Parts: sequence; structure tokens; C-alpha cells
Amino acid sequence: MTSLPRWVWLPAAVGAALVLVPLAGLAARVPWRGLGAVVTSPASVDALLLSLRTATASTVLCVVLGVPMALVLARASFRGVRLLRALVLVPLVLPPVVGGLALLYTFGRRGLVGRSLEVLGVQVAFSTTAVVLAQAFVALPFLVLSVEGALATAGQRYEAVAATLGARPTTVLLRVTLPLVLPGLASGAVLAFARSLGEFGATLTFAGSLQGVTRTLPLEVYLQREQDPDAAVALSLLLVAVAVVVVVATRGRRAAR
Amino acid sequence: MSGPVSGPVSGPVSGPVSGGLVAHLELRARGLDVDLALAPGEVVAVLGPNGAGKSTLLALLAGLLRPDTGRVELDGEVLVDTATGAFVPAHRRATALLAQEPLLFPHLSAAANAAFGPRSRGARRRQAHAEALAQLAAVGAGDLADRRPAQLSGGQAQRVAVARALAARPRLLLLDEPMAALDAASAPALRQLLRRVLREDRRSAVLVTHDVLDALVLADRVLVLDGGRVVEEGPARGVLARPRSAFAARVAGIDLVSGTATQDGLVTTDGVRVTGRRDPDCPVGSPAVAVFRPSAVAVHREPPTGSPRNVLPVVIAALEPVGELVRVRAQDAADGSPGLFADVTAAAAADLHLEPGLAVHLAVKATEVAVHAAAGA
Repeated sequence: MTSLPRWVWLPAAVGAALVLVPLAGLAARVPWRGLGAVVTSPASVDALLLSLRTATASTVLCVVLGVPMALVLARASFRGVRLLRALVLVPLVLPPVVGGLALLYTFGRRGLVGRSLEVLGVQVAFSTTAVVLAQAFVALPFLVLSVEGALATAGQRYEAVAATLGARPTTVLLRVTLPLVLPGLASGAVLAFARSLGEFGATLTFAGSLQGVTRTLPLEVYLQREQDPDAAVALSLLLVAVAVVVVVATRGRRAAR
Repeated sequence: MSGPVSGPVSGPVSGPVSGGLVAHLELRARGLDVDLALAPGEVVAVLGPNGAGKSTLLALLAGLLRPDTGRVELDGEVLVDTATGAFVPAHRRATALLAQEPLLFPHLSAAANAAFGPRSRGARRRQAHAEALAQLAAVGAGDLADRRPAQLSGGQAQRVAVARALAARPRLLLLDEPMAALDAASAPALRQLLRRVLREDRRSAVLVTHDVLDALVLADRVLVLDGGRVVEEGPARGVLARPRSAFAARVAGIDLVSGTATQDGLVTTDGVRVTGRRDPDCPVGSPAVAVFRPSAVAVHREPPTGSPRNVLPVVIAALEPVGELVRVRAQDAADGSPGLFADVTAAAAADLHLEPGLAVHLAVKATEVAVHAAAGA
């Protein structure tokens, strides 16, 4: 192993500080006394439960739609597959508020799809469904990228052997391909869950901020920031705790393999 | 192991033997154009250098690739016919593939791996498991049933892979260098197992290999592929023990000198006389080749004297390790024929200070040299 040039350590340390020091800053501001009361207030509990519910639903939606997308991108060969791969990543680079606007002009009452839904008596915008859609919109690329990478690493040799042993394509998918990419799928799902949990811009734009319906934890934090900074900090701590659990869970899984 | 191990396998067989194959395959992208036929129960070894199209041929037979032009018929069933557009997908061909790496499904136990074929065929869980255990026992891996692939050695894993392939009840086995990734200790045991599986049970198989020993032990016939085409074909022992072309000799790892037959051997175009045992099928004056094993060749810095031998002056092109020995590879001859080689011990190579560019004399006893008709003669 070659040794690193010594100067590399300096920017690396600055980078680490950029991530860690603000967390310390937040922790220093936490009103440890009365923390329980703030976190268990009705508004906070509503926001937390809504966040967990919507992020779970969004993760399920990402898995159900994202795994087939990753399969098509990794295994199918057709014209435009490269363009499609690039387009799938758009939500990753798009400002979430722009994504929220796009969703609004699609599923809103006057939107592209919303107009037809309105006729059927279904309103998506400013509902809990809208929260889930906004979260799935921003989280989907994380899952697709993760599963597609796992598929590329796994290669197709196991699938070829399975086919010569008499397994139909569906059997190959369920008994060989998916088990092989399960670690990638799990970490992709955890990332999608974390991204959904932290979603703010698209949710606010597309779903609004209605307590118990669309006001998720990040929205609650932003709201409390004006009225009750202590409560905002306490709730932020809750989000940090969830993030840490998520990171440890994925890292631990990888280390165990 | 049951029954005699040595001797030709040609006695009466119990039960119908399947696996009769007639194939014509062209794949322009890989420059492949091959005709191949197998009698039921026959094993054909496909030899050839890297990139000759050997693995492509297996992929085409397995249905993992589609030919541009071609027709494949297995036991009378048309698997591919580009003229009619017929194409039977891989999972309905019953042509199990055994690759260089075992490719056991890492998330399944050895038993579950072996049960994969029966399960895919629609067998019930218990029946598939019983069949898997029987196959594992048959390949001597019964005690490994509960292990995960990660807990198996290379040789054990390849045994389980053989059991898995057999449990799928293939009509035709496709073997892609199954011994190549094994260490020197496990390869002979697996070769023995495959001999029993292929020869005593009379299974049809196409065996891609680099190893002349695999072809000799396992195959009825040998087919030499080069540049996507069949350049030599014949009974395994014939082609490998007495290669008629320089290419087959190189593949077989046997030295070959071509020339014109004389009373006691042959004479090259350069006038070098090689003495050996001449085949009766090779009349004096006809094109002939002299073949001998590289291990029978001694290397001398000075022309050797004493007992009558053949002495061939050459210039060393390269030294390369071959197992425990050192292969001394000579430069190609002036007429373009490939250079001879000799296998010597590392100690001998060091004692003689052998190095590329050095002029040496290769000596081989006349009794070690066989002279027979050249290819196309």
C-alpha cells in the first residue's frame, strides 16, 4: 500500500469537520430539560407518526416500482436505454421544490393527470397521498441506482446457469436474481426511506403543511423554528437519531457480509 | 466407483441413450462457423486457443445466444432453425451447462442447489430434495448437503455443481473447462468423476477444454477449433497422440516436425534427418510428421554424442514454467513451422544457464519418435 501525500489529510479533516461540527452545534443547543414534553406534544407526535407512515409507504412504492426499473435498465437492451437511465436520475439533481412544482402541475386539480382524476372525484394534491408521491419522486433514484449497481456486480452468469437447469425467466428472477441483489436492495430501500423521511421542499410545494395530514417532521421543524426554537431543535435531534440508526443499520449490514 | 475404469466403453447399454445432436451454427459477430454431430452417448472434446469460439459454441447450443444462421437438432427435436425462425429458449432445452467456476447459487445450500433443476421442472419440494441428495451422494458429496457454497473448497463446489447439472436430467451436458479453475490436487478427482458420469453412464456431452488429458480421458472424439472453424477432427487418441497438423500438435502439447517420409523416419526441407518408428500407413517419399513428447526431449549446450539419437539445433525463444518443470520453447523454424519445446527440470535449466537467445541442441531418442502421415496427405 502506497502512503498518501500528507497534505491530503488537511482538506479531508476540514471536510469531516464540515459534517460533524454542525451536529455538535445542534447538540449543544438541545434543551435537554423538558425534552420529553416537547417531543411528546400532540403536534410533534402527529408529525412523527405521519413521517414514519408516509416514509414507509414511499419506500414500499419505491421497491415495487424501482426494482423492475432497475431490472429493465440493467438487463434489457433496447434503443434509448441510456437516455432512460439518465432521465431516471433527474430527481436526484433537481431541486426538490422544482420537483414539487412538477408534481403539482401533474397531479393538481388543473394538472395533466389531476384533471382526469378530478373528474373521478379523486384529489391528490395537499393530501397524505401527495406526501407519499413527493417522497417517492425524490427517493426512487436512490433505490434504482443501488439495485442496478447490485445487478451489474452480480452479472448474468448465475442466471444463465439457472436457465440451462430448466428455470423459467420468472423462476430465475425470483430464485436467483433477487436473492443475489438482496443486499443492494436492502441498502437501497434504507436510503430511500431516509431520503423520504427527510423530504421537505417537494412535500411543502405539492402537499402543503396540514397538521396530521401533510405536515411531516421536517415541515414541523421548519414551522417550530419561528415560534419555538427549542422545540425545533428537539425535533431535529429526533431526525438526527433516526438518520444515525439508518446509517448504522446499512453500514453494519455491509460489514457483516 | 463401479465397473471397470479402463478400456473402451462400447458394450451394450441399458436403457435408451439420448443426446443425439446435429448442429450447424454460424455467428458472424464472433466469426464462428461450425458443424457438429454427436451420436447418442458420445462425448466430443472441443480444443482450441483462446478466442477460437469454444465458449460461444456452448452458448449457442445452450440457447444463451442466437445464431445468425443455423440449425440444431437434439434427439430429433429442432431447437434452432433460422430458416423457419424456430428457437427453443434455454430453459426448455435440457442442456445443462457446467462452467469453469462452479457458479453455485451462493444463497442456497448444496442440497438446495442440486434441487434447483428438479424444482424448476415442477417437482415437489420433498421429491426434489430426495433427488438432490441422491445426486450429491452419487458424486461423493453426500456429506456436504447442508453446506453453503462459501463453505466448500473449489473441488467440492465443482462436485456439487456436477450433481446439480445431473439432477436437471440433461439430454446433453455442456462442459466449459470444468477442471481449469481447480488446483492440481482436486482436478484428477473431478476428472475421474466426470469419466464415470460421462463414459460409464453414457451421457452425451460437449467438453470444451485446454487440457489434452481431459480430451484423452473423457472424449470419444476431438474437434480442434481455430478462428471459429473446425481445423481438425477425429478420434481423441488419434488426434492427440498423433497430431497431423502443427496446430493440433500445439494444442496437444506435443512436438511436431514435418517433412518427407524416409525408410527410418523423415527428412525436413532443411535436410535434417529425424529417426523414429514409421507408421506403415505412411509410405516413403510422402509428406510425413514426426511427433514426440516434450518431456522426452533433453537439452544440451554441446552436440551430444553416444547412443543414437535425433539432435535438432535450435535457438531458445522463451522459458516458461509448466507445473514443476520448465518449458524451453525454441524459436520458430526458418520455414515458419512452430518452434519445438522441451520440458526440463528447473535444476537442469539452471545448471545449463538456459536463457532466451541461446543456441542449444535438442536431443530425443529414436524410440520416442513416431512418424506418420501429415494432415491432408
